[in-house]
Amino acid sequence: MIAEFGHFALVLAFCLALVQVGAPLFGLARTQPRINELAAPAALTQFLCVALAFAALTISFAVSDFSVSLVANNSHTDKPLIYKISGVWGNHEGSMLLWVLILSGFGAAVAYGARRLPEALKVRTLVVMGAVGAVFLAFVLFTSNPFLRLDPAPFQGAGLNPILQDPALALHPPLLYVGYVGLSVAFAFAVAALWLGEVDAAWARFVRPWILVSWSALTIGIALGSWWAYYELGWGGWWFWDPVENASLMPWLIATALLHSAIVTERREGLKAWTVLLAMAAFAFSLLGTFLVRSGVLTSVHAFANDPARGVFILAILAVTVGGSFALFAWRAPLLKSGAVFAPVSREAALLWNNLFLTVATATVLIGTLYPLVLEALTGELISVGPPYFNTTVLPLAVPLLLAVPFGPLLAWKRGDLLAASRNLITVTGMTIAVMVIAYTFMGAHEGFAFLGIGLGAWLFMGAVKDLYERLQLARIPLAKSVKRALGLPRAAYGTALAHAGLGLLVVGVASAGSLRADRVEALAPGQSLAIAGYEVRLETTGSYEGPNYWSVYGDFSVLTAGRVIDRVRAERRSYPTEAQGTSEVGLHASLWGDLYVVLGEQQADGVSWAVTAAIHPFVRWIWFGAGLMTLGGLLSLSDGRFRVGAPRRARKKPGGAAASEGPA
Amino acid sequence: MRRRDRRFILIGVAGLTLVLAAALILTALSQRITYFYGPSDLVALDAPPEGAVRLGGLVEEGSVVRGQGLAVRFSVTDNAASVPVTFEGTLPDLFSERQGVVIEGTMGQDGVFEAHEVLAKHDETYMPREVVEALQRSGEWRGPIPSDAPPESEGP
Repeated sequence: MIAEFGHFALVLAFCLALVQVGAPLFGLARTQPRINELAAPAALTQFLCVALAFAALTISFAVSDFSVSLVANNSHTDKPLIYKISGVWGNHEGSMLLWVLILSGFGAAVAYGARRLPEALKVRTLVVMGAVGAVFLAFVLFTSNPFLRLDPAPFQGAGLNPILQDPALALHPPLLYVGYVGLSVAFAFAVAALWLGEVDAAWARFVRPWILVSWSALTIGIALGSWWAYYELGWGGWWFWDPVENASLMPWLIATALLHSAIVTERREGLKAWTVLLAMAAFAFSLLGTFLVRSGVLTSVHAFANDPARGVFILAILAVTVGGSFALFAWRAPLLKSGAVFAPVSREAALLWNNLFLTVATATVLIGTLYPLVLEALTGELISVGPPYFNTTVLPLAVPLLLAVPFGPLLAWKRGDLLAASRNLITVTGMTIAVMVIAYTFMGAHEGFAFLGIGLGAWLFMGAVKDLYERLQLARIPLAKSVKRALGLPRAAYGTALAHAGLGLLVVGVASAGSLRADRVEALAPGQSLAIAGYEVRLETTGSYEGPNYWSVYGDFSVLTAGRVIDRVRAERRSYPTEAQGTSEVGLHASLWGDLYVVLGEQQADGVSWAVTAAIHPFVRWIWFGAGLMTLGGLLSLSDGRFRVGAPRRARKKPGGAAASEGPA
Repeated sequence: MRRRDRRFILIGVAGLTLVLAAALILTALSQRITYFYGPSDLVALDAPPEGAVRLGGLVEEGSVVRGQGLAVRFSVTDNAASVPVTFEGTLPDLFSERQGVVIEGTMGQDGVFEAHEVLAKHDETYMPREVVEALQRSGEWRGPIPSDAPPESEGP
């Protein structure tokens, strides 16, 4: 009954989405604004209907209603409640429903959240969002209905893939979807702006919160996925350049570019057409990601069900969206007149530099991801494009981009002084060199990439500190005045500095964990130990126990340095009988400077010893800590008063030139 | 500086970056890709391929032999041809006989494939598409493409 109710609510939501598109189109054609007013309530009720449907599916999962096919295939009565609930989006159909839920929620937020949104822009944005919603609801209803029944109902479900039964992975998909779907809001705004033929600073101010929401969610979502891969897959990898990871990285890169170009549009009314184009491209990339993940065209550890009908449907959505929006762009973009002129050295140019490298990097990732598909279609040859390709193409492009970051905030709008900015960065340069010398003496030159990467990270981090230092004019004016400036500084300025500092930490983590990792594999009997990087890892005992829905064999290890026990860790091998599958739970001795990572392998033929892998991952935590800081920076910018939904003022011109150097980026 | 000069500088920088990126991509694509073979393809070659390649197929039943320490030998088959593999290290959780695997490594002159990495698979019902296709090519594929798709059900 509950499932039928959910199905019905979903059909109703689809009809409401059609109303949200149709009514304003009719109203605009007949110039009857009263009809346009239907769009907002349609968006809200559509959201309520999808929420009801989602609740119905969640209840079916929570009470283990195995007469619902999706529940029977993805759940089990023995599973802890939290994983019964996260199981709702641990599969194709349920995750599409979550996608539609977020989409309709954002639609309702646009309809009722932003009261000052000009009516003409709002109606058009809602039409586009309604169209996107209708298409995805149709996709769910016609190809991926989560409410299909099973007759007869089985007594027990098939369970959820055990490696997905994890807190980080329960949150990873919803966050990514918030990111992807947030980009669809930016897309809707971009199409609406082209439709109106008008982009101004106010438009950018309405869009930026959505870009910030999706960028922050994508950042933390990708980071959680990488963190999960690190501790769950049992070999300490945190980024694989897997096609599906690339599918989430490309929207992130474009969203990052969009985040920066929208600043130029908001502050200087420049790069209008470019910002609109990026907003459309960002959504196109999130659709492409959806297609790659869900159509089965890719070989990937993440691959979802490969049902050709779904692939064709998403490909059709992608074709219509990309074709339609880019045709609209070609037709209407000439109407967008960018007023602002700027010198090749200026804040605008720095942001453009950022955009250039981010979009080119996206293109290289795109080519690497699609090349195997194209080659196979053309020649039948099977190849895999893996880390060697991406490392040799993306890293060289990242370096000039990252080197330029600290300059950006120090350059003035319109015409900047590169020499003055360089002079400003002399201390930062000195400290960077010092860090590199220290890193070099500790690690030596055998891994050149590591100490250069650490230097780059330090440069970014200290550049961000210097940015704040300059804004507060510390040590140049009395401290009390600096404090006053600190209180008056817009939150977006702190957000920028925090995000750039986080990026620096992330770069340090990637450079050192990526190239300084060391590991040892040995067969150990209880009482024996292996030595790695100054640590001694001793296998103390082994044993087994029964968990709620798995069996575990574990090894207890002592971690020693200089003969003293400093930590005890447990590494487990779990087997899940329902799913006929095993997982590794690694033992981690974690510290700021690096992780000692212990994996229990298989029992050896002698019956007493076990294969044990111990690995050192230097600075690996900095990757996720940095990503966390970047997310916080995004959220801090989001909380900036200027973006408070409903409060923006139209194209406020700041008096005088002082505004230029004060401007948060 | 005139407007035209500014535009020229911007376009110049962008063009240079694009050229650089294109050069990087082309070199990387010609040197940094890994070819994929099924056991039959690999055996049919006149000489073993240079550098690292991937080999995909099924772990042959009864072929897994554990040696000294962490060394392990097994064969990868598509039921038409079979390639012996040596590996030293810990195998992924899902490694077992009759399961699909993808292995990265080099093919020795002696016809033994030395594995550097046995790629972890996430799901016991999931089989790499390349493996399915390699099996189809050798005519040994039986049954539909496996996936973690729920079976189609008749429901209201």
